[in-house]
Amino acid sequence: MAYEHCIETERCKGCGLCVAVCPKNVLELATEVNTKGYFPAFRARPDDCIYCAICCNMCPDVAITIAASEDESA
Amino acid sequence: MAKGKTFSKPKALSDAHTHYCPGCTHGIIHRLVAEAIDDLGIRGRTVGVAPVGCAVLAYNYFNCDFQEAAHGRAPAMATGIKRVRPDLMVFTYQGDGDLASIGLGEIVHAANRGEKFTTIFVNNAIYGMTGGQMAPTTMPDQRTTTSPFGRKADEVGMPMRMAELLASLATPAYVTRQAVLRPKHINKARKAIKQAFTYQVASRCFTFVEVVSTCPTNWGMTPTDAIDWAEETLLPYYPLGEFKVPE
Repeated sequence: MAYEHCIETERCKGCGLCVAVCPKNVLELATEVNTKGYFPAFRARPDDCIYCAICCNMCPDVAITIAASEDESA
Repeated sequence: MAKGKTFSKPKALSDAHTHYCPGCTHGIIHRLVAEAIDDLGIRGRTVGVAPVGCAVLAYNYFNCDFQEAAHGRAPAMATGIKRVRPDLMVFTYQGDGDLASIGLGEIVHAANRGEKFTTIFVNNAIYGMTGGQMAPTTMPDQRTTTSPFGRKADEVGMPMRMAELLASLATPAYVTRQAVLRPKHINKARKAIKQAFTYQVASRCFTFVEVVSTCPTNWGMTPTDAIDWAEETLLPYYPLGEFKVPE
């Protein structure tokens, strides 16, 4: 089972709540803005991600989703 | 690799981007309500009542029927909808300016009559949409645009604890206070909101879920500082937990 962590850049308002709650310190805010002018979050250290979905739970804008795929490569 | 979790947007939440400020916890509460609606499979027969306040445009963000109420009058409107169509699931989504100030009469009497709808009460201790004025729930010494030197308790009294106030009524009800400040609070709030809707599905009683929330913009803080401030300042005064459960 592989997981696909997706941050929808255009939904993100760069509030940083996900960055603060990530137990593995995976997330950071980007240095370039999205079309709304916010600095969106991105996974700076994706290898450390344990797909706990805490960031998804904390995100006020439902910008983060995790999908499961049958791909065994991950 | 350890077993992870999947997460997707609940179906009861629309694709629209919210107008809320960055870090505003309204979005989390919207999602928890939508998840409860999805879990119970009641999306086709749910009617929300939007307040006046930041959540005034909530009808854009839910995939269920919605009605906009006059300021503070959401419980009165929900009473009408629920009495005419008891088969519908009706919830009001109100802020502290709407519910605890101008709409105080409506909510107290709706709770006292035991109207069988659900109220989600978002308490962020300030008026949000109108520009950060003092609300009945504003903390002592908290600066707002109408209390620039801090709320003076000897002039305007202490903040109102709405959950305790409604729990003191003799009519059976489900009254709880939750928060959405940390992931653990969010999980408990999700269960409480689902419990409230479950009571309504069974036509048990009036259900009231107060949610301690943040307003980074009007508090003048970053979203993460606002969470810390709320945890240090609001939670000691607004204790979490269930204040009343139906027998």
